[in-house]
Amino acid sequence: MSMTRHGGTVHWANPAQPALSAATAPSVSHGASHRSERLGLSSRLTAGWPDTDRPDPLRSHLDRYGPLPHLGTGRHGALIDAVTRAGLTGRGGAGFPTGVKMRSVASRRGEPVVVANGMESEPASEKDKALLSRAPHLVLDGAVLAATAIGASTVHLCLPSSREGLISIAQRAVDERARNIGAQVSIEVHAMPHRYVSSEETSLVHWLNGGDARPTAAPPRPYEKGVGGRPTLLDNVETLANIALIARFGPSWYRQAGLADAPGTMLTTISGAVDAPGVYEIEVGTPVGEVLARSGARPDVGAVLIGGYFGTWHDAQQVARLPMAATALRAVDASPGAGVLVALPPGACGLTETARVLAWLADQGAGQCGPCMFGLPAIADDFTQLASGRPRGPVLDRLDRRLGAVIGRGACRHPDGAVRLARSALRTFAADVNSHVSGRVCLPGRQSEQPRAVLPLPPPTGEEAWR
Amino acid sequence: MRQRVAVDPIACTGHGICAEMLPELIWLDEWGYPMLAEHDVPRHLAGLARRAVRLCPTLALRLEASSADRNLPAGAEGRLAGGERRR
Repeated sequence: MSMTRHGGTVHWANPAQPALSAATAPSVSHGASHRSERLGLSSRLTAGWPDTDRPDPLRSHLDRYGPLPHLGTGRHGALIDAVTRAGLTGRGGAGFPTGVKMRSVASRRGEPVVVANGMESEPASEKDKALLSRAPHLVLDGAVLAATAIGASTVHLCLPSSREGLISIAQRAVDERARNIGAQVSIEVHAMPHRYVSSEETSLVHWLNGGDARPTAAPPRPYEKGVGGRPTLLDNVETLANIALIARFGPSWYRQAGLADAPGTMLTTISGAVDAPGVYEIEVGTPVGEVLARSGARPDVGAVLIGGYFGTWHDAQQVARLPMAATALRAVDASPGAGVLVALPPGACGLTETARVLAWLADQGAGQCGPCMFGLPAIADDFTQLASGRPRGPVLDRLDRRLGAVIGRGACRHPDGAVRLARSALRTFAADVNSHVSGRVCLPGRQSEQPRAVLPLPPPTGEEAWR
Repeated sequence: MRQRVAVDPIACTGHGICAEMLPELIWLDEWGYPMLAEHDVPRHLAGLARRAVRLCPTLALRLEASSADRNLPAGAEGRLAGGERRR
């Protein structure tokens, strides 16, 4: 397994690999196989990153990856078939098969719409920002190709309003395409409120339809009835970038990286107790320990958070050999999420870290569903009592009851994600839980301002507008 | 047709009338919001269930076909591994 660090050394793959098999190859232009051979097994999305610190201009992007292929349109189009055969799954966190989603949207009545989700509300993730700011045209290629395949004429690219630099990069890339290759598909860049739940797919649709960037009750789901009431294909920007690669080089090439049941590469954001935090492209299925080691994780890392703030804590030793892939991580009730790994430094308190994140998640709710609106602050408060070693009453019993009470009871997955994080902390830091409950608190738990906070948190957004 | 009770969690503001009408299938959490039985509405409670739906002040409570949600392509909505669903 190989991997490439954002800005680091590129490990080129063996160039003697066939690019496409005849059975699966869509019509591929001359030069595609030559180009695919130059992409490494784990430097596909990041191939151009080492060359420049700026967004790859259209001309150099097309030199690197080749021109946009034409793969036909409609539900029987070659691209949907190629994406399905490639086994691509969504890179935004849920991991749903992208080909199935494309076909579902394409088979519904009415002209569909494409929404590219670049909101990246996960504080421990920076991969969407890194991808869009280095290879914006790869994402736009994928969005345009997906739109053409399903018969859509509009793409909405949703970005957080707080990332102004990224918005201008995206807009410049859109303008550059319009000037140079014309605009078969219209691409609109949107700046949306940046809150944890505003990246949820129904939030995007609701906002694009003129409402708040808050989740709505489903069904109908966006693929049935989304933007403007139309069937809507909503994909993470990294997923779209992968579509751009599959369209050019085919499913067999795509499957050369990764596992048979979880092919391709994924962007991961690694932080915490590592020497070289940042965004890495890895083959899906690279063992967690290997990913951490290559980012310079210290050998005495005790615990690791997998999947972000809806993710799970684990003993670092126990997951070291597990492949970073949804299929394998399921065995320990984990998921790669949006590709987040945070190494907890020795001496940091996992309960204190979790309490901080839970309080932030409670603040980030949409304030719409009672169990989430009242339950998450109560759970965060219980956790803070636990972390500080000053529990009021039987805090563990109360927590257990409350965690069970809020799961599955929101319009979106916000409460479920918070519960998942909390439960994994109680499991992984069980020894700490016992000592905290009996008043033997570790050092970070006793310091009220937590000078050694590990997990990054944006400032509370409070009453910031949802429009 | 087999039915079960369901609630729109956004519309629900926790009046709690449903739990009074139908304690066999609906009870309130500590914040006053309804928690629902996952099994079907038994025939002898069908009339009461319809009445609870009509009396919900925010029109959040509904009866739905037991299989309604299961017709969606699994996970098309973005799922969370290990999350039990209770509606």
